[in-house]
Parts: sequence; C-alpha cells; structure tokens
Amino acid sequence: MMDDLRELYQTTILDHNKKPRNFRVPDGPSHEADGFNPLCGDKVTVYLQVQDGRVIDASFQGSGCAISTASASMMTEAIKGAPVKEALSLFESFHDLVTGPAMDAPETEGVGKLAVFAGVREFPMRVKCATLAWHTLKSALENGGETAKTE
Amino acid sequence: MSFDPYAARSDFPILERTNRGKPLVYLDTAASAQKPRAVIDAISDCYENHYANIHRGVYELSERITRMHEEAREKVAAFLGAAESREIVFTRNATESINLVAASWGRQNLAAGDEVVITTLEHHANIVPWQLLCEEKNARLRVVPINDAGELEMHSFEAMLSERTRIVAASHVSNALGTINPVRKIVAIAHERGIPVLLDGAQAVPRFGVDVRELGCDFYVFSGHKLYGPSGMGVLYGRAELLEAMAPYQSGGDMIETVSFEKSTFKSAPYKFEAGTPDIAGAIGLGAAIDYLAGIGLDAIEHHELELTAYGKELLEAIPEVRLIGTAAKKTGVLSFVVEGIHPHDLGTILDMEGVAIRAGHHCAQPLMERFDVPATARASLGLYNIREDLDHLIAGLHKAIEMFR
Repeated sequence: MMDDLRELYQTTILDHNKKPRNFRVPDGPSHEADGFNPLCGDKVTVYLQVQDGRVIDASFQGSGCAISTASASMMTEAIKGAPVKEALSLFESFHDLVTGPAMDAPETEGVGKLAVFAGVREFPMRVKCATLAWHTLKSALENGGETAKTE
Repeated sequence: MSFDPYAARSDFPILERTNRGKPLVYLDTAASAQKPRAVIDAISDCYENHYANIHRGVYELSERITRMHEEAREKVAAFLGAAESREIVFTRNATESINLVAASWGRQNLAAGDEVVITTLEHHANIVPWQLLCEEKNARLRVVPINDAGELEMHSFEAMLSERTRIVAASHVSNALGTINPVRKIVAIAHERGIPVLLDGAQAVPRFGVDVRELGCDFYVFSGHKLYGPSGMGVLYGRAELLEAMAPYQSGGDMIETVSFEKSTFKSAPYKFEAGTPDIAGAIGLGAAIDYLAGIGLDAIEHHELELTAYGKELLEAIPEVRLIGTAAKKTGVLSFVVEGIHPHDLGTILDMEGVAIRAGHHCAQPLMERFDVPATARASLGLYNIREDLDHLIAGLHKAIEMFR
C-alpha cells in the first residue's frame, strides 16, 4: 500500500509542492488564463510571456493539493523556452501519461521529468488535479484566456 | 437499554468488505449512511414477493403493495411526530423537498422586496433553491452569520427578521461542522413574528429523536439515504394546512383527480405532490430503516455518537498540526479539520490507502468554507456502527500523512 502511495507522492512531487517554482505574478504577461476545478475548489492562474512563437517565461499562482501544485510548478519549468507548438504537444503527452489505462506501462518517452506523474493513473479521482494547470495553459495559448474548467 | 456498536456492526454487510485491501473504516456517514441487512432484505422482499404498481390495480398484489407503501408513510409520520400521515410527502431526497417548498409555497407567497432568511451553515441544497426563488421574485436572500466556533449569531438572526421576511430556512445540524442549531429558539423567534420555518433535518434525524410538533416547525425535510435507508428516497413534512394550500410541484399521473384537455383537478396532499410512479421499494426500505433504528433506540445512538465525537475531538486536538473547523459547544457526528501543510485531498488519498474513507472537499457548503478561509476541509463523520478503533485508524493515517509531507 505504502508503495502505491510513494508511487503517487514521489519525492520530486512533494518537493515541488513545498517549494513551487515560478510561483509569481509577472509584469505584463502576453498570455494568461485561470483554471478552476469546481469539484475540489483548486484554483490556478497561468502566466506566459510568448515571443516569436516561443514561451520565454511561464509562472503561476493559485491554491490546490500537492498533485495540482507540483504539476503546475513542473509544467512551468518544462515549457519555459519551448516553442508554443512543443508546449502544446507536451500537453498531449502529459495527458496520455496520467490518463492511460492503469494496467499498461506508462509511455514516459518525451515527457522528461514529468514522468514522476505516471502514478496518477492509478488514482482516477486525482487525474484532474494533475491536468488542471495544463488545461489552463492550453486555454491561455489557444482560447484567448477563457477560464479552464475540469468539469 | 445499553447499545453495543460492536454487535450492531454485524447488521451492516458492507463493513465486512475491504477498501484498498484493508478493512474498511467508514467515516463518511454524513455523506451517506451504510445500510443494515434489514433494509436490504425489505427491498429484496418487495421486489421478490410483493411488487406491482400502487394506487392502480384492483388485484390483490397491487392492493397489498399500496398498503405497504402507505404503511411506510405512517411510519415516517410517527417517526417525526407528525399529527397525520397526510403531512408526509415522499420525494427523492432532502434537496427535492426543499425545491418543492421553494417552487410551490415560495412562488405563491413571495413578492418583490420580500426576504428569505437562511444561515451561513447551510448546505447548497438549502441555499440555491432560495437563491433562484429570490432572483425570480426580485426578493432578497439574507444570511445569518456565525461565530468562529461555527455557531449561529442569534442576535443577528433576530435583528434580521422584518415585516418583509416570508420564511426562515435553517439546518437542524450542520453537515460540514456538526453544529446542532438552537432550532426551538429559531422557530419561537420566527413564529412570534408570524414567519414560517423550514428545517433541514438531513443530518439530524439519523442522530437523535426529532418531534416536529415539539419543535413547532412548519416544514421539515430529510433524506432516506442518510437515515440508513435507500438512496433516491426523501421526505417533506409540512403542516397539513400549508400543504393543502400549496399548488402542485410536478404534475402528471397519480397526482390528479380528473383530467380533461380543458382543465385538470388534483388530489389532496400529500398525493398532489407525488406525480408519477414513485420509488415504491424505496419507501418500503425507508420504513424498514425506521423500524431498525427504533429497535436500537435513537437515544442510545445519540449517546454513542456524542461520546465518539468527543473522543475524536480529543484525539485530533492532541495533534499540533491539526486545526478543527467547527468547535460548537453543541455538536455531533462530524469532525471537520485541516492539517497544516497538507491539502485535504491529499489527506483523503493517503487515508484511502489505509482503508479509511473520509470526505475531503467543500461539503456542498462553499460559502461556509469561505467564512473559515479554507478551500476545503477533511471531514470524518460518524454513524451508529462506528467504534473508537475507527478513530484510532484515522489518527494513525493522519500521522503517516504528516510524516510523509514533513
């Protein structure tokens, strides 16, 4: 039992929860969006500075559980410096990583450090915690900052 | 008569199950209670031996099931201390009961500028129907504040009532905090001014004896599934003269007297509020739940849960990282808390892996969470089958979580 829990709450995740990276409101971001999970009340705001098709800065604010906070924190690290197109395709890979069938071995290629979230697929109730920041990122980039909801 | 919760546990088949491979420690009775064998058997018996539609057939089976359905109504009436069984309307749940009153009584009795008084402690079920009614009528929703312990500010309540107040709707016991509200006082103060009172008893009826005539309330609602009965079965008690004066809520079969394409006439209460084929087995199951509780005695259950609540409170208060939310002098059955540095959802997942089922979230009481400035709480809630060991498991799980997040 404890193994499954450790699988979910990896040391990296606990660390990002305690000390979230890029946890700040930047001056004049080019893109931003709010994300909200009405089921649990988790809130996140994602801020981006996009220049010449590249995410040159990413940060966030909000409150939520360890999974959602760590996910937002690690997302900002993962997309910083990436072309917008790559950030969006990372969204797809991450989504597949956490929503894949619990039986199958997770596909971790191309997701880098985000592979620590593979344990989430064992906990269907927690998938939305992990994907909230990513839905919000997508909304900031594609939907003109419309509030992203997980429900 | 002394009550033995260890013996009572064997009445609940689900308690023999495991959760994530560990013995189930069920601490979410405020969300829904588990069902005793007597209720499960009554529902099976209904379908296996007695089932037909009610109020329709002239054959023996239909006559008998109609009688069983109405006997369930009589049991509910006696359980609540209602004067007559026609004061008991069967609904789907407490939420539907409140919607019925807001839609029927509310539409008839509210006008622009009128006021509805509710409290900060309410479940969304006792907020949103009134909010929609007030929007429709251009009326005003007023909310009685609470103190830091989670108790109603009764002076504010009294001051809030005016000649524009049309109804007061309050919970008997708070689902999120366990506060037992001074409902007799609420009714007395409102009635002095001629204002009717609806009480949401969803969390009260499973925990202690309730007598609607002694309380003097005008409407009382509860859900069967929280009373160890089936889900999909709720109750609205309304004083006969109020129910008789109210228009139907939904319409269709079974609630009519005559129908023509020009005009229909309706049955009297409670039948005019029960359109279509109801949850027949649900009513019979609810009756069985009431019989089961009567066999134990609600006084014994009350005593047991108060004792367990105090024990749980003591254990939680001994953990420095834990902050109890809701410390009313009079509370029962519910322990809501937050743990420093750990979000309630993470706690819920960690406890789940230990076999412990609690609720983590806003408990359908978002304004209340805002009042305490927390996004959510962890809530352990008790039922008659809980024992001290359940709370010991909870505490062991909490220590594990605190260790992990340190």
